[in-house]
Amino acid sequence: MPLKVSGALLGKLVRATVLAVFTILLAFPFYWMLITSFKQNVDLYTMENNPFRFNAKPTLDHLKFLFNETQFVRWLGNTAFVGVVVVAITLFFALPAAYALARLAGRWGERLGIAIFLTYLVPPTLLFIPLSRVIAFLGLQDSLWALILVYPTFTVPFSIWLLMGFFKSIPRELEDAAMVDGLTRFGAFLKLMIPISTSGILTVVIFTFTLVTQEFVYALTFLSSESNQMIGTGIPIFLVRGDVYYWGALMAACLISSLPVAFLYNLFLDRFIAGFTVGAVK
Amino acid sequence: MAIGSARFKSVGAGQSPFLSAAMFAPAALYILLLVAGPFLLAVFYAFSDARIGNAELHFVGLENFRSILQSPSFRVAIRNSIIFTIGSQLVVIVSANILAIALENTFRGRGLVRFLILLPWVAPISLGAIGWKWILDSIYSVISWTLVALHLFKPFSAPMWLGEPHLAIASVLLVHSWRVVPFSTVILLAGRTAIPKDIPEAAAVDGAGFWRTQFQIVIPMMRPILSVAVLFGLIFTFTDMTVVYILTAGGPFDSTQTLPSLAFALGIQGSDLAAGAAISLFLVPLLVILAYFMLRIARRAEVS
Repeated sequence: MPLKVSGALLGKLVRATVLAVFTILLAFPFYWMLITSFKQNVDLYTMENNPFRFNAKPTLDHLKFLFNETQFVRWLGNTAFVGVVVVAITLFFALPAAYALARLAGRWGERLGIAIFLTYLVPPTLLFIPLSRVIAFLGLQDSLWALILVYPTFTVPFSIWLLMGFFKSIPRELEDAAMVDGLTRFGAFLKLMIPISTSGILTVVIFTFTLVTQEFVYALTFLSSESNQMIGTGIPIFLVRGDVYYWGALMAACLISSLPVAFLYNLFLDRFIAGFTVGAVK
Repeated sequence: MAIGSARFKSVGAGQSPFLSAAMFAPAALYILLLVAGPFLLAVFYAFSDARIGNAELHFVGLENFRSILQSPSFRVAIRNSIIFTIGSQLVVIVSANILAIALENTFRGRGLVRFLILLPWVAPISLGAIGWKWILDSIYSVISWTLVALHLFKPFSAPMWLGEPHLAIASVLLVHSWRVVPFSTVILLAGRTAIPKDIPEAAAVDGAGFWRTQFQIVIPMMRPILSVAVLFGLIFTFTDMTVVYILTAGGPFDSTQTLPSLAFALGIQGSDLAAGAAISLFLVPLLVILAYFMLRIARRAEVS
């Protein structure tokens, strides 16, 4: 038996090592953002300094600069605004469409559902050139409304796909009973399905919002003035003045913008995985 | 999926086709107008001489494609797109499989580890990339400092990670891998959890060791989900321009340009809509192939 016990111990040790190495590799940039945010410039820009520790006193200067002398707060506001409006538009289009595909359209529901999912694979980098002309034609250049118009092209397909799976998991006897009680099919959708699908809808809200915060290509193409940026474009482009990178403020901004999204995402991770793996896990 | 669709056929099909059409139509219309429409416009531009600021368009046939195929920067871009996509996916698949095995069983602190591991995927990619730009800085790079401290390089002689073509290509490739590893890990983890526990246990009782159980039983059982992870990983990297744009802006000397970043440089920054559209259309063949495989996975799941 002692041999077997040490084998198990060895397994645990190997596993702990593997996890430690990967966690450090993957999370290191965020640790680096954290430590950079609080270092004085004289500490950051002295080559002889050990960069892993504070060689001078920690400082809040970068945060003060970020909040007082840049448009960072404005970008957070822009991102929240676009996020909220895109969430509303996405729910408006995706809820009925997902219900139709899950319940009413039968075999065609499956096919159309897959077609919808495939449109999610059409990347922004294929469409940004023609869309830039559409935006110009509509007079929406350098306006957040350009993003509000375009972002649902990828949030709606993803949300339909997620909601379709969700609606299918609700027993249809519930609606049948409601319809026997005098509700129409559409009434059953509005008054029964939507209220009991709160957690599915919440998932869609979270993922639509995170997709909006993560988008880069369209925001880069359509927006130009500093005050109209989203966090994803404003931070890497406008916190650089000429050739000067304000690394302290830059890293603080990256961290502040990333963490809330990461927390929300983790809460709903399992549903997100289910969306990607429908059909592959049985 | 299979049970569901059989039941819908008997009960749901044709029940109220008008209502379902009315509920589906708005979303379908939106997507047709803003996805299919622009796509056709891109094809149209690719055969024209469209430029920003030019009111008139002329049909030029295959002229754009001819001049693109002759340009050296296009060849570099297509080569890089392939290197980044396949190279990073190799790194991702090996790493994600190892990580998924390590994360499979519960342990104290697993939630925290999962949170940290997921950060590269959930943080906006442009912000993750700018973090790497600081780590790979030409003067204050922490990697260079560490290498100097370990006496692997003399002070001031550490390489410029983003300033030399080969190193820049390696850096972009690794940042792409860093971004996708968390995604593939959680997908593979879901696949592992779905395998009934008694199968690998029975194999262990029959005397199969750890590696044999993994390679001959568990991984083959995970093939569909492994394909899902790989297909999405390929698509994410192949169609991305953010990592390159932030890290190197295609440089040094266009050596890290990819199809999407070159399309942006020519089509938007250079105002040559026609050339940009033509370059981005080169994304389509691979996307079609990947979509085909994805459909096959979906159909197989539907049949069984």
